Amino acid sequence: MTIAPERPTRRPETGSLVQQFEYGLDAPICLTWELTYACNLECAHCLSSSGRRDPRELSTEQAKAVIDELQRMQVFYVNIGGGEPTIRPDFWELLEYAVDHQVGVKFSTNGVRITPERARFLASPACGGYVDVQISLDGATAEVNDYVRGPGSYDTALRALQNLKDAGFRDAKISVVCTRENIGQLDAFKALADEYGATLRLTRLRPSGRGADVWDELHPLPEQQRELYDWLMEHTADGEQVLTGDSFFHLAAFGESLPGLNLCGAGRVVCLIDPIGDVYACPFAIHENFLAGNLLADGGFQQVWQTSALFQELRSPQTGGACSSCQFFDSCRGGCMAAKFFTGLPLDGPDPECVQGYGEHALAGERTIPAPSQDHSKASPTRNQPVMLQLLTRPPVSACAESPLAGFDTRVTASFLSRAATQPAAAPDASQAQRRSVSFDPDQS
Amino acid sequence: MDALLGEPWTLSPSVALRPEPFGALAYHFGNRKLTFLKRPELVAVVRGLAQAPDVRTALENAGVPASQHAAYAAALRGLAATDMIRPRPVRAAEEVA
Repeated sequence: MTIAPERPTRRPETGSLVQQFEYGLDAPICLTWELTYACNLECAHCLSSSGRRDPRELSTEQAKAVIDELQRMQVFYVNIGGGEPTIRPDFWELLEYAVDHQVGVKFSTNGVRITPERARFLASPACGGYVDVQISLDGATAEVNDYVRGPGSYDTALRALQNLKDAGFRDAKISVVCTRENIGQLDAFKALADEYGATLRLTRLRPSGRGADVWDELHPLPEQQRELYDWLMEHTADGEQVLTGDSFFHLAAFGESLPGLNLCGAGRVVCLIDPIGDVYACPFAIHENFLAGNLLADGGFQQVWQTSALFQELRSPQTGGACSSCQFFDSCRGGCMAAKFFTGLPLDGPDPECVQGYGEHALAGERTIPAPSQDHSKASPTRNQPVMLQLLTRPPVSACAESPLAGFDTRVTASFLSRAATQPAAAPDASQAQRRSVSFDPDQS
Repeated sequence: MDALLGEPWTLSPSVALRPEPFGALAYHFGNRKLTFLKRPELVAVVRGLAQAPDVRTALENAGVPASQHAAYAAALRGLAATDMIRPRPVRAAEEVA
């Protein structure tokens, strides 16, 4: 992988914090640790392509050794995810172990194991206020959420939020991946968060993992990016009402920066440890090109973090490439590395969702989407698979079996097109337009 | 001049300082605030607060010239706002001494 040639590696002695961060830190500020690739759900946009447990998954003892090392390195908290981390039988044991070793935990869950009993445990002094719970929800209604996360997942998430509220757990997070389908629900998400005494957290849809398969269909449209930006500006103006995980720095090119570092932290201030101990540059870059090493094979996490060739390269300042002549480069800094990589764009060019429109131009050009380097998706679908994929598995029916007028003449076909959203039939000429509109309707399964 | 300069202060007991090339990262385990101390001199001041009779002495011990004391006092007020540092009860300090 070539990121950019000939960059200086000597850290300046002064300069802004962001400039200092670009040269990397002795330990990450925040670290994501996917505990397992196993998951009860099969979300269409899963950025780690999770589903099946990897047989090489770290054992309980190995995981505790990682926590010991994080404590020595003074990594003050980790974001634990997966897969679904709570279905690891030792999850609660590892949670307590981390908290007892001054490593705070924020874990992401779909809520499946947040029973009333577990909720009471999370609210108890045993967790000492060092535990944050983040419930994933990608629609403010079951229709929108279950479309990408699978049937029943909305109810599961809301039940978990209710259990946490009933147990007196304060300030849970509702974590939303912003999509074309849910940008219009931002106010509804905020109302939900308020209802459960939770904080809303919005993050960006990345074309990573299975997200690559649905990104074209689900990533927000240009006008929705603007809607999102305006909404965020309004709701982050007075402090920390809405969290973004520093996700949307590509939107800074609209004008004013959003709160946060507005910097790609990959390998500099963040990284990812995967279930088998592989260390990647960031949570959205689970691909061999961004693999820095393995903490079992390469002498521990600290060794990988401080000496891997990949991270050294990421810590030298990046050149702007095609973006350097853009007046907004200082705001967005070229956007998200992972979003560029997984859409087959050059890393020193514009973000695919560049709000100045350079991304669309780049996407229209010649590009090759990289093949995934690993996939833990379930081999055969289960009842939890999202509806949007089931539509593609419907047996084909001949056009005239559903419409006696199919293909009769162009005038008739045109009238089918205009009625596509309400017609279940699929005339050959209209099939493309129709499949899209039908596939957004969860009642069509 | 800020009255803080004549007072005894200390790093909060729930704060950990992690050395970094640019200075240090301060983390408060109680309120989970993360703060960056951007200058090594500021880190030396903060670390030296508990051992100094007052803030001014801590600044002098860290080699901060008097002309910058006001600016450092403002930075320390910023740290106090999130309980990274706090005033030290005089009696407790005397007992320790």
